[in-house]
Amino acid sequence: MSIDESTAAKVAKLARIKVEEDALPALAQEFNAVLGFIEQLNEVDVEGVEPMVSVTPMRLKRREDVVNDGDQQDKVLSNAPDAREGFFTVPKVVD
Amino acid sequence: MTDLTKLTLAGARDKLRSGDVSSVELTETFLAAIDKADALNAFAHKTPKLALERAKAADVRIKQGDAPDMCGLPIGIKDLFCTKGVPSQAASRILEGFKPEYESTVSQKLEDAGAVMLGKLNMDEFAMGSSNETSVYGNAVNPWRRGNDDAQLTPGGSSGGSASAVAADLCLAATGTDTGGSIRQPAAFTGITGIKPTYGRCSRWGVVAFASSLDQAGPMTKDVRDAAIMLETMCGHDAKDSTSVDLAVPNFEAMLTGDIRGKKIGIPAEYRMDGMPAEIENLWADGTAMLKAAGAEIVDISLPHTKYALPAYYVIAPAEASSNLARYDGVRYGHRATLGAGDGITEMYEKTRAEGFGHEVQRRVMVGTYVLSAGFYDAYYNRARRVRTLIKQDFENVFAQGIDAILTPATPSAAFGLGEMTDADPIQMYLNDVFTVTVNLAGLPGISVPTGLDSQGLPLGLQLIGRPWEEGDLLNTAYALEQAAGFVAKPAQWW
Repeated sequence: MSIDESTAAKVAKLARIKVEEDALPALAQEFNAVLGFIEQLNEVDVEGVEPMVSVTPMRLKRREDVVNDGDQQDKVLSNAPDAREGFFTVPKVVD
Repeated sequence: MTDLTKLTLAGARDKLRSGDVSSVELTETFLAAIDKADALNAFAHKTPKLALERAKAADVRIKQGDAPDMCGLPIGIKDLFCTKGVPSQAASRILEGFKPEYESTVSQKLEDAGAVMLGKLNMDEFAMGSSNETSVYGNAVNPWRRGNDDAQLTPGGSSGGSASAVAADLCLAATGTDTGGSIRQPAAFTGITGIKPTYGRCSRWGVVAFASSLDQAGPMTKDVRDAAIMLETMCGHDAKDSTSVDLAVPNFEAMLTGDIRGKKIGIPAEYRMDGMPAEIENLWADGTAMLKAAGAEIVDISLPHTKYALPAYYVIAPAEASSNLARYDGVRYGHRATLGAGDGITEMYEKTRAEGFGHEVQRRVMVGTYVLSAGFYDAYYNRARRVRTLIKQDFENVFAQGIDAILTPATPSAAFGLGEMTDADPIQMYLNDVFTVTVNLAGLPGISVPTGLDSQGLPLGLQLIGRPWEEGDLLNTAYALEQAAGFVAKPAQWW
């Protein structure tokens, strides 16, 4: 499986990372180096082997489905690059 | 007058309790040492004011006789841990200016025990790297040098600042985190001890997530006893991390008897890599002989899927990273790109993430995105998770044969020069974790212990891998190895 520039551009788009056109060939090459390394996994016979879900055989703890936190709008917004009137602010999303 | 910075946690604890020294004195000594060591670039954010406040409070507790082991002991905290009101950036530009409103569970436990935070430690960006060269703060530098050569060496990564700070006596100990070897490899490169506990021992809450199914916090210390003391404080069940285990935490220090007679130590054939330097091979053989002389039984074992651990890791870790790092979008915290006229929300995301993430982080996020994308999910991600099952089974099989611990080299080489790997293929850098990454994939505890020097005078370490949840037994085996190896070398001070 080889990655070309258009696939690299598509992946960058999916990852929401802007990659300039002239950086795509090098990026595609790096992907291919990493994927070439990963391809070794095809040598392994995984027939009938379950994909690992949890490394420790434990059932995740349940907790009561109740509100146990909240009411701290100032703290939630304190690190926002742009917060106004108690909200996070972003560029216009809906026309 | 003894040099206070040279103390161990245990030694300083005893001096505090006997009243020989106060936490404030100890803290001031370390703050002065840190200020003289900017050349190492180990501390990314210094917190002297906070440290002195905590030291004063610790002194009161010690006087009152209410002093847990860590009380009054100055330590460093890796930048990956969120610390309330103190910059916590994961060494990334994208978290520039971020000051958490909360404290990570592990650093809170240390604070509650009275430990004194001296500051935040340098690391690879988002813990992605093996040389501390991907940090927005610049490289952390290893206090060790090759003989009289003044070339700067890497302290390893990702916990490079932690390793450098402990090795250079800028703090008594430090927290690290380990996703593929990020505690054990830098510990080995700097002649210190580092343990990654069993997955689930330490709460991950408030630790910036890289690969959630692999990440574990652990202590980086001057010796095994200190690792036992600090680990005990760091671990324990936390309702805020659903993968944190609800098991009693033993008194690890009390388990250090040094008696390993009758223990079965496995030597895995697959860790004898082609082209392994003779020095590493000799170090390994020496360590094996030391454990045998201490009364352990040495058993040749096989972990047949070892070769596939790194490729499986480089599917699973980027996949999880691409999901975890989706939260850095320029909306809730950290950096937001300056937008042009007409830029919408998608441009905001794309520009913010391009500016905020460094090259290695971008690469891993995109590799993760690719292996999770429609059409490739089964071929890459599910296959890697199947291989992970097989890697874990390898270990289960040898433990079922009665093996108590496994001895391997910690790293394939000694510390290399900063910049030496810049032009290398990314895979070359990934190979640093070849002996450590299996342990993360299998969720096991692993510890790196310094046991020798190479021909250039650089430290080398061995790794011991233990059974799940048996950190106490593992630490005891490491303690026996440490006593036999008698590693006492320190870097000559040049900074």
